[in-house]
Amino acid sequence: MGTPEDIRLLIAVLAPLVGAGLVMAAGKRHNLREACSFVAALVLFLATASLVPDVRSGAIPRLTLFHLLPGLNIALRADPLAMIFAVSASFLWVVTVFYSAGYMRGLNEHAQTRFNTCFALTLFGAVGCAFAANLLTLYLFYEVVSICTYPLVAHHQDEEGYSSGRKYLVYLTGTAKGLILPAMVLVYVLSGTLDFAPGIRTGILPPDVHRGIVTALYACCILGFAKNAVMPLHNWLPSAMVAPTPVSALLHAVAVVKVGVFSTVRVMLYVFGVDRMAALNLGLPTAYFVSFTIVVASIIALSKDDLKARLAYSTVSQLSYIILGVALLTPAGIEGGLVHIANHAFSKITLFFCAGAIYVATHKKKISEMSGLGRSMPFTFGAFAVASLSMIGAPPVAGFVSKWYLLNGAWDAGSVGIIVVLLTSTLLNTAYFAPIVYHGFFGKAPAADDGHAYSEAHPSMVVPLVITAVISVAIGIYPDFFMRFAQAVLP
Amino acid sequence: MTAETHTGAIPVLSILIFAPLAAAAIAVALRSDRALRWWALLFTLANAAFSLPLYSRFDVSTAAFQFVERHPWIPALKIEYSLGVDGISLLLVLLTTLVMPICVLASWRYIKTRVKEFMVCLLIMESAMIGVFCALDAILFFVFWESMLIPMSVMIGVWGGPRKIYAAIKFFVYTMSGSIFLLVALIALRLQTGSFDIPGMMGRGYPVGFQCWIFLAMAISFAIKVPMVPFHTWLPAAHVEAPTAGSVLLASILLKMGGYGFLRFCLPMAPNATAIFMPWVAGISVAAIVYGGFAALAQSDLKKLVAYSSVGHMGFVTLGIFTLTRSGIEGAMLQMINHGVTTGALFVAVGMLYERLHTRELGAAAGIGKHMPAFITCFGVFALSSLAFPGTNSFIGEFLVLKGSFEYSRWLTLLAVPGVVASAAYNLRMLQRVAWGGTSNPGHDGLRDIDLREVCALAPLVIFVFWIGLNPEPFMRVLHASVDQLIQQAGQGLVPRP
Repeated sequence: MGTPEDIRLLIAVLAPLVGAGLVMAAGKRHNLREACSFVAALVLFLATASLVPDVRSGAIPRLTLFHLLPGLNIALRADPLAMIFAVSASFLWVVTVFYSAGYMRGLNEHAQTRFNTCFALTLFGAVGCAFAANLLTLYLFYEVVSICTYPLVAHHQDEEGYSSGRKYLVYLTGTAKGLILPAMVLVYVLSGTLDFAPGIRTGILPPDVHRGIVTALYACCILGFAKNAVMPLHNWLPSAMVAPTPVSALLHAVAVVKVGVFSTVRVMLYVFGVDRMAALNLGLPTAYFVSFTIVVASIIALSKDDLKARLAYSTVSQLSYIILGVALLTPAGIEGGLVHIANHAFSKITLFFCAGAIYVATHKKKISEMSGLGRSMPFTFGAFAVASLSMIGAPPVAGFVSKWYLLNGAWDAGSVGIIVVLLTSTLLNTAYFAPIVYHGFFGKAPAADDGHAYSEAHPSMVVPLVITAVISVAIGIYPDFFMRFAQAVLP
Repeated sequence: MTAETHTGAIPVLSILIFAPLAAAAIAVALRSDRALRWWALLFTLANAAFSLPLYSRFDVSTAAFQFVERHPWIPALKIEYSLGVDGISLLLVLLTTLVMPICVLASWRYIKTRVKEFMVCLLIMESAMIGVFCALDAILFFVFWESMLIPMSVMIGVWGGPRKIYAAIKFFVYTMSGSIFLLVALIALRLQTGSFDIPGMMGRGYPVGFQCWIFLAMAISFAIKVPMVPFHTWLPAAHVEAPTAGSVLLASILLKMGGYGFLRFCLPMAPNATAIFMPWVAGISVAAIVYGGFAALAQSDLKKLVAYSSVGHMGFVTLGIFTLTRSGIEGAMLQMINHGVTTGALFVAVGMLYERLHTRELGAAAGIGKHMPAFITCFGVFALSSLAFPGTNSFIGEFLVLKGSFEYSRWLTLLAVPGVVASAAYNLRMLQRVAWGGTSNPGHDGLRDIDLREVCALAPLVIFVFWIGLNPEPFMRVLHASVDQLIQQAGQGLVPRP
């Protein structure tokens, strides 16, 4: 507890903010602008990486930025849970900088400066959420993410973009203001502080609070962080897929949705606490509640022919794995859920990168038109296949590790229902990913493609997606890096 | 009563109040418009600088009135000339002196005709507004209270928009009819206590029936000023027609007098009546929050939008006051300052748009961010502040009010939540449209971004948005002692009388 203030946290949080300012100043000088993004991303990653040894050794670096009121600060802390999210988000930003430069230039998109500025600002919000030391700081950065991603979602500035953007804001800020803000004030009234508990057992609510109030607060938090895309408040996510693909990739597979899930998990473990949740019997009902999302979203994904839409529903489904794992309240379940934050990030970003590369190279969005493309784009489809295996949960790719722990956790919790849900969803995952890969490599090219010789997209796009695919395998074979953080979360 | 601390050799408050009148007299003698503008600007800046020692020399450990001046005025009626500030009025005095230079800057190009008369009106207003917050004698208070009406109505009626006469008369009639009730209550109090001394009227334990009557009489007057639903209809009319500086003064200072009146008169003088009417006023406040939010959502005129948002924001102020909790009242006080900063700033910004586009339609302003990046950055800060984005000033105020309100009644607070959500909705809608709206307006190409004068008008407000938002302690510390005493006085109404 008595660790001195750690300036690296401030560097990590400020890097994207300063980067956004530099990007805006660089304006239309493309190379300089991309260089600013890259340097900001690199500084953020290095600052985060430099925290790894400290957190490994059991320290919790902290930094208090502002004292607002008694018990109410804007403060940062890097505990193991924060590190899982911060390391994966900051690393993937570095990769995405290259990818999005290739994508945006490849398509000659407009307003690239605004795009890059908002992108950096979103990362500012995401990293802030990761390192938030209390509910207020979490809420602040959560709202930063909501506001800064709006211009990205509505990037194309057409009717579809605006209506998706509006839906996005209505869902995300509406729930945050309508559910999280009152819940936060009430938590402050009840416990006199908003600082997260040091461990996951006790939470911060005093023991004598009426169980009805705790349950209501809990429901507000599960539904209020609507970026977690738990049904019925998931609909913004598929709509947001109108955004350019790098946005979908980093933001809607990694940063934004993970901010939602991370916040949910953070609040479940560090505000309510495992003991309180167990005592009030909130765990398994939550698990069943999100199971509905897991299964239904997978079924909807089956019906989508648009590749990004299918990936979007796959994301909706996979995000709920994380909440499900934590809600099981068993050690294996919590570990599996938390490590899935990183595992899903690396695999899902690969899938979106592939979708974007396919679109830039061929201008195709529909899965049914992608037959045979794998033969002309072997790296892209190879990476897609690897990431699909991870989503399905096949060894040795990352997703297997998560699913193994989740199944173990469900077994420990003695819930046959959850095991059935996990197995069903695995089958559904296979059903909607396998055909894409199979037809990509072995399908017959559609007649319309005769005479077209498609090739891989620009290396600035292909290299990042190969890197993330390789990492997906690597953290499947050596899950230790993220797993140790997940284990350190447990008491 | 705790002991009052008297002012030293220099009568600071008297100078603050009467210097603007002297400055107005000098302004009458000036000839060129240019000289008038510079004179008004330099004088208001000097007055603002002169008011700062009030803060640095303020003793935060006591709830007593400070910088007190007492002189006999009309001895036959026991009317005194007495001034003083405590924690509740100090910040409002400082807010007034801060806002004045900004008003002058905002009128720099906006007011083209009768500049002299306009600046004289502004300076008279400053005098009266500071007087209201400093007066410790009920009649003196009432004199200042009423003397604001004339210059304000003139400002609306002469330099206003197309329906200026209608708006000016509506404003005048509403406020005037409220004032009559206030005067009656003050005279009734004088008959009970034998003097017009405001501190002397507090905590006297009047009979409950008497308290109810004076509470209602004063509450009507203050409710019109705040304005509380259903007395709010003068506000959109006045705001829309008034020139920028008029809107800023209305929003930043005049509305605060309602809240100030509740805190200075109703709560400490009629604690039992406060306890009786508390649920009703709190309920009306919640209604105002929700109503103001949704009404603002429906507006396409930018000034009307901000005007209705004021109704919602001031609903938070009255809600905070009538929770009678420490965080509620401190939140309400802070929210008054915040509203003064943020809404004042929004009116200045809308005025800047009007100077360029000659319309306040949201549709006509759509997409202006592309051409005016510096403007839109400031505008974005104020819009986010208005929706109580965490890290900005309004968040702290709203958080404290909600905290106090949760302590008072959970269900009532939950009813206010739709209003909170609506405030996010209308602000984001406004910001989105203005920043890069859907239509491309061809007329925007030649627009110039804000110049140095306009930056100077907005920059201090941006600083205050973040200063209060990230470090509210310097503003809160002056409140604690006075609010504690107020709660103790008003809390007497909550315990049953023997």
